[in-house]
Amino acid sequence: MSLAKITSVSGRGVPVPGNDIDTDRIIPARFLKAVTFDGLGEGLFADARKAAMAAGSVHPLDDARYRGAGILLSGANFGCGSSREHAPQAIRKFGLQAVVAESYAEIFFGNATAIGLACVCAAREDIARITAAVEQDPAVELTLDLVDRKIHFGGKSVPLTLRDSARDALINGRWDPIGELLEGREAVAATASRLPYLAPVKK
Amino acid sequence: MAQSLFHKVWDAHRVRTLANGQTQLLIGTHLIHEVTTPQAFGMLRDLGLKVAMPHRTFATVDHIVPTDRRTEPFADPLADAMIRELRRNCAEHGIVCFDLNSGRQGIVHMVGPEQGITQPGTTIACGDSHTSTHGAFGAIALGIGTSQVRDVLATQTIALGPLKVRRINVEGRLRPGVYAKDVILHLIRTLGVNGGTGFAYEYGGAVFDRFSMEERMTVCNMSIEGGARVGYVNPDETTFAYLKGRPYSPAGAAWDAAVARWKAVASDPGCPYDDVVTFQGEDIAPTVTWGINPGQGIAITDNVPDPARATAVDEKAAIEEALAYMKLKPGAPLRGTRIDVAFLGSCTNARLSDFQEVARHLRGHRVAPGVKAIAVPGSQLVSLACAAQGIDQIFRDAGFEWREAGCSMCLAMNPDKLVGDQLCASSSNRNFKGRQGSPTGRTLLMSPLMVAAAAVTGAVADAREIFQVR
Ligand code: SF4
Repeated sequence: MSLAKITSVSGRGVPVPGNDIDTDRIIPARFLKAVTFDGLGEGLFADARKAAMAAGSVHPLDDARYRGAGILLSGANFGCGSSREHAPQAIRKFGLQAVVAESYAEIFFGNATAIGLACVCAAREDIARITAAVEQDPAVELTLDLVDRKIHFGGKSVPLTLRDSARDALINGRWDPIGELLEGREAVAATASRLPYLAPVKK
Repeated sequence: MAQSLFHKVWDAHRVRTLANGQTQLLIGTHLIHEVTTPQAFGMLRDLGLKVAMPHRTFATVDHIVPTDRRTEPFADPLADAMIRELRRNCAEHGIVCFDLNSGRQGIVHMVGPEQGITQPGTTIACGDSHTSTHGAFGAIALGIGTSQVRDVLATQTIALGPLKVRRINVEGRLRPGVYAKDVILHLIRTLGVNGGTGFAYEYGGAVFDRFSMEERMTVCNMSIEGGARVGYVNPDETTFAYLKGRPYSPAGAAWDAAVARWKAVASDPGCPYDDVVTFQGEDIAPTVTWGINPGQGIAITDNVPDPARATAVDEKAAIEEALAYMKLKPGAPLRGTRIDVAFLGSCTNARLSDFQEVARHLRGHRVAPGVKAIAVPGSQLVSLACAAQGIDQIFRDAGFEWREAGCSMCLAMNPDKLVGDQLCASSSNRNFKGRQGSPTGRTLLMSPLMVAAAAVTGAVADAREIFQVR
C-alpha cells in the first residue's frame, strides 16, 4: 500500500477561533448515524453555523470570502471530547487539508494523522498573525512546510511544531499504520503467547 | 527497578517499535458497539482482511438504542440500519454480541466489567473515548478512532506513542453527600480540561482505597474530560472481589494464578512518576458545572464566575462564551436556577450503586411539576437488579420515567433529546454545546443525588439540604 508523502500543504486559510473546540461541535452526534463517512462534510460545525445564521451573522465556513480554503486556523486543545473519527473525517470531507492550532486533544490528533490530515501547532501570537493576514486578504496563500517546520504566508514565515512520530509518518507516507502493523504479525503472535489471558477460554 | 502499573502493562504488550518511533501495542481486549465500527468493518472488507482475534472482541449495542419501546424495527431507520450492520459484522466474523435479547446488553463500559471481561493488567481498546472507565480495574484502556478500530480488528494492535504518568492522590475522607462524581469534577476543574494531555492518570490514596469498583469507574470514566488518554486505579482486594465468579473471569486454579498476576502488576511502592499531585477529600464539595466543558465547575455553595474578574484575556472570553450559551448571569448563584429536565444515566453514573443511593433518599419525594425526569439504567443487569430490589418502583412513584438500558440522553443519538434551550441536570459526563441533542440545549453535570435534588425541587439545589444528608 503506498500512501502520499505529505511534505507540505498549501491553501488559503479559514479562521475558526476559540479554545477547547470539542468534537461534538466539530460534528454533532446526529451525523454519526451512518454506516459510511460519506457526506460528513456538510455536518462540519453544523450547529455553530446554524447558530451564527440565526444570530444574523455568518460562520467563517459559510463566509464567501473563505470559500475553497484548505487550512483551518484555530486555538488551544482543538478536538477535545469524543473519540469520533468522524471529526477529522468531516474536516477532510469539507475540503480542508490541514489544521493549524495551538494544541490538540490526543485522540483527535491521532485520528487525524492516521487519515493524513496534517495537524500542526503554532504559537498563539503566530496564529494571530496568520489569522490577521487571512482576514485582511483571504486570498493569501499559506504553505505548511512539514520538512522545514515553517508556515509561509504572504512573504513571511513562522515556525510550526509537530510531534516527531506524526511528522515522520506524514512526510514519509506512512501515516496510515495498517501496512506496517500487518507486517508485525509474527511479533504479535510472540507477544500474545506470553499473555495467559489471551488464550481462548473454554466455556 | 520499581515500576508503575502503566509501564508494566505497556512493556508486556509492546510488540515492537515502528519506523516513526511509535510502539506497536498489543490490544488484549477489543470492545465494539454500533456507532464507530461499521466503517471499520467496511475497510477490513475492502482490504480483504479477517478479524485477527474474534475471541478477544466483544460487542454490544448502546448508543442509538431506544430506551422506551424496543420493538424492532426501530422507528428511526438509520438507527435500525446501524444495529443490523453490527449484527451482520459480528455474525460474519464470529464475534460475541451482547444484544438486546441477551439479558446482558448495556453501555459498552458497563458490560465489560459486569461480564468479567475487563481485567487488571490488560490492554483494552474501544471506539469510544470513555473507554478509560475500564482503568478502574488496573487496565490500560484506550479510546480509539474508527481507523484504529480497523487496526485492532485486523491486527489486534495499534500504533501509539508513550505516555507520562501522573499520580493523583486523594487523601483523607469525603464529606457526607460528596461522591466519586464530585471527586472527578473537582480534579478536572483544578487540573484543567487539557491538564492531562500526554498523561496517564493513576488515581490512589485513602479515598480510592476505600472506593468501591463502581466509584472507581465513575472517576476513571471522566479521565478523558481532563485530557488524559487513560486513567487507572491499581488492582486490590476490592477489584478481585468484584471480578470473582463473573462469566468471563478466570475460575478454579486459573483464578489463583490470575490473582497472583494481578497483584504483581500493581505499581511498585516507591516507583517513579512524572508528576504527583495530592488532594484532600475534605476539601471537595458537591460540584456542578455551569459552563460548556467539564472543567467549568463550581462547588454548589459558590457562585458562577464573573468575567469581569477574570485575570487572563482567554479566561474572560471563555467565561463570557459559556455564560452566554448557558444563559446564566455573571457572579450569580447556580442554586435556585430552574431546570427543565433531570437525566440519571450514562456510563459515568448508571450503575446499581448510583440508583441505590438515590432511591435511599428519594422515597417520599415527588418530581417537581414541569420537570421531565428520566432514569436510565446503564445495563440490563442493573435494570434487573433494580427491579429485584424495588428501586424502579421508588423512582416511578417519585415521578421519574424508568427506562431500558442504553446511552440515552448522554449524547442523544436515540429519541431521548433535549428540546430547544432546555436546562438539564445530568449525571452524564459532557456538557458541550448541543451535546444532549438540541443545538441550544444546556447541560449541568453533577452527581446522581444532586440530579435527584434538582428533579424534586425543580431547580439546582444542594442535595445535602434537600435530603438531609449528614
Ligand atoms: S453513556 Fe455517553 S459517554 Fe458513555 S458510552 Fe454512551 S454516549 Fe458515550
